[in-house]
Amino acid sequence: MTALLVAFLVSTIAASTPLLLAATGELIVEKVGVLNLGVEGMMLAGAIAGFATANQTGITSLGVLAAMVAGIALSMLFAVVSLTLQANQTATGLALTIFGRGFSALVGAGYVGIPAPTLPKIHLPVLSDIPVLGPVIFGHDILVYLALAILAAVAWCIRSTHLGLILRAVGDSHDAAHALGYAVIPIRYAAVAFGGALAGLAGAYMSLAYTPLWAQDMTAGRGWVAVALVTFSAWRPFWLLIGAWFFGALMYLSLYVQALGVAVPSALLSAVPYIGTVVVLVLISRDARRIRLHRPAMLGRPFQARV
Amino acid sequence: MNDTAPSGPLLKMTGMTKQYPGCLANDHVSLTVERNQIHALLGENGAGKSTLVKIIYGVVRPDEGEIIWDGQTVNIQNPGHAQRLGIGMVFQHFSLFEALTVQENIALGLGLAKERLGLRERIVRISNEYGLPLDPDRVVHDLSVGERQRIEIVRCLLQNPKLLIMDEPTSVLTPSEVRKLFVTLRRLAAEGCSILYISHKLEEVRALCSAATIMRLGKNVARVIPAEKTVKELAEIMINMDLHAPTPRPLAPVSAPSRLVLDKLTIRSPHHFGTDLKDISLSLKGGEILGIAGIAGNGQSELMDALSGEILAGKPENVVIDGVPAGHKGPHDRRRIHGCFVPEERNGHGAVTTMTLAENAFLSGFTRRALVRFGVIDTKKTSAFAETIIKAFDVRTTGPKAQARSLSGGNLQKFLVGREVLQEPAVLVINQPTWGVDAGAALAIHEAIMALAAGGAAVMIISQDLDEIFVLADRISVIAGGRVSEPVLTRDATVESIGRLMGGGSAPAASGEMAVA
Repeated sequence: MTALLVAFLVSTIAASTPLLLAATGELIVEKVGVLNLGVEGMMLAGAIAGFATANQTGITSLGVLAAMVAGIALSMLFAVVSLTLQANQTATGLALTIFGRGFSALVGAGYVGIPAPTLPKIHLPVLSDIPVLGPVIFGHDILVYLALAILAAVAWCIRSTHLGLILRAVGDSHDAAHALGYAVIPIRYAAVAFGGALAGLAGAYMSLAYTPLWAQDMTAGRGWVAVALVTFSAWRPFWLLIGAWFFGALMYLSLYVQALGVAVPSALLSAVPYIGTVVVLVLISRDARRIRLHRPAMLGRPFQARV
Repeated sequence: MNDTAPSGPLLKMTGMTKQYPGCLANDHVSLTVERNQIHALLGENGAGKSTLVKIIYGVVRPDEGEIIWDGQTVNIQNPGHAQRLGIGMVFQHFSLFEALTVQENIALGLGLAKERLGLRERIVRISNEYGLPLDPDRVVHDLSVGERQRIEIVRCLLQNPKLLIMDEPTSVLTPSEVRKLFVTLRRLAAEGCSILYISHKLEEVRALCSAATIMRLGKNVARVIPAEKTVKELAEIMINMDLHAPTPRPLAPVSAPSRLVLDKLTIRSPHHFGTDLKDISLSLKGGEILGIAGIAGNGQSELMDALSGEILAGKPENVVIDGVPAGHKGPHDRRRIHGCFVPEERNGHGAVTTMTLAENAFLSGFTRRALVRFGVIDTKKTSAFAETIIKAFDVRTTGPKAQARSLSGGNLQKFLVGREVLQEPAVLVINQPTWGVDAGAALAIHEAIMALAAGGAAVMIISQDLDEIFVLADRISVIAGGRVSEPVLTRDATVESIGRLMGGGSAPAASGEMAVA
């Protein structure tokens, strides 16, 4: 029973990490009023860039770095098209996802089925050996802790710092922010790049830690869940975390139920984490007033300084 | 003028030209603001004042012209640059962040961390000192127009500017608040901060400003000393025609039927910091205009929403329109029974700014003007309706296909009032009929309201502009803390007696605590 619990908790945390990374990035992007639906594409680009680099060099940290660079590169493509050229953000984001999937499949064709070095799990003497708590809290790889640290930093930044206030202001009214002298477009570029870096990192986690392999479309829609998490958590970091954990838990449970051989089609069980997460988040964030207060009013709206 | 003084004027602009597609907004305009001067910029809506002011503040780049600031030729790049030069601005359409608190909004206007030290205390101190009460922790979304304006003013004052540009600052203040503001502005001018003051209230300009630049159709037409001119003369220079005061109307006969009845209307405000309406009972006869005076944020927006049907009343009998209980009906159904409404905020509430005038005319007028045939929009009829409004109300625009946002504030307001008046309502409720509207447009709106009442409709005007209420209304009530006082005949009321009720003096029906936040 204890082994089962440990397996459940460890795998929940592992499964939630890529979501958490990608969703934290998207949260910042949306807070400044930009809707980037290209998260899935950026994750896949990050996954293959990280995998290929780690495979070629044998150094996982270089792979992680390459994944972030790939995520940023794709996000800058999005930024140029949607922020500078002012194309529709929804369409541009969708195109980015399609591009990321195709491009990663193309680059990754030669990497299917070969191994790469895996991110090592941290092992702290004594601490990691505590029963249950040890493996659950102290036995993960560095990205798991990084994901939580980044989320905490982002939550603190948004709520308590002047920088966070500026980000919220740009997302609430870009015209007013511009009138006060804030550089709306550069701020949005920076936020989009941050989102790209974290999506790339999420991809690296998938291909270097979660399932250390490359397979086409290996993110399996997690980028989309990350986007949904941001909306359904009503742009609040704490609920983002809850949502990501919930998804991770459902992921494990659906696999566990499948393994038990329950007579439910496996396709249906695989869908449960996706639907379940959205349903639960919708239920907990139904308060219209709260959504209105947290929803960036400029979400998806292009900004053009009138001259 | 002391151009020969060693320091010269604070701001000197010459030959400013700005061409927009289809409109020459500024045509070689000059403006000189001296040090320690309160300088008025006058002109109708669309005369080019806003463009000129936006050039000074770096929001708009001029095509031509020279700006000399503090003796130096400058090319103002953006608002941040303007602020560093010492130029502050209070916008007419406020540049506030709805989802943020008062304090956060103000902090965003202060770039340096050391400027933000002890911000909270300074907000409270400045707002008290200058008679602009503000709670730093409230979210702007829940604040009224008047309260929002206070934030802008306080935000500018915190920056110690050398030139403060104020676009229509007094439109939402009570007479005593205006007096307090004038004390503040005079003190600022004496302390070395020049003020560029844009207002349509010519009486105020005469009292406050030592010089005035008057614009018409994008050009300078005069530079005058306001105190040397009468209000009528100033207005006539502005709009280049003779003005006549609205003709007084006889009171509605006692026997006239009640067309709008509120019976014990009690509403819980849906806004977090809104004002609940408490036990409001009123009755308006056909042919009567009732003015509801009050300081911003005392329940005006809730009352408006309860009348228009955006908030439903508890019982149908709470709101009776032309004899039909309508408390449970939404706006659309209330229009059906001859009630029409003009909300306070024209951008986004009264009008969908990105839609054309014809589409906006359709949105409110489709039932009463039968603009739908077999479920399809009758575009011809809709366009004709918009055209009629444009003609009847002298709306300056390119036509029914113009986007609502392309109109200046006064013109859009004329269009919106016209849209409702031409639906021939039995009951018309208008919140802030002439907020931010020039003298010519205000007169046109006032005349339309009076003509409608003369035709037998009951009209309620909710306004923070006492002058307007005294000009239009037959009876006056005051809304304070969500309660409405017993109406008094306008001829029996004085600005002082109404002002006392607004400020929280005892009133027949307005007992209990006041919400003068």
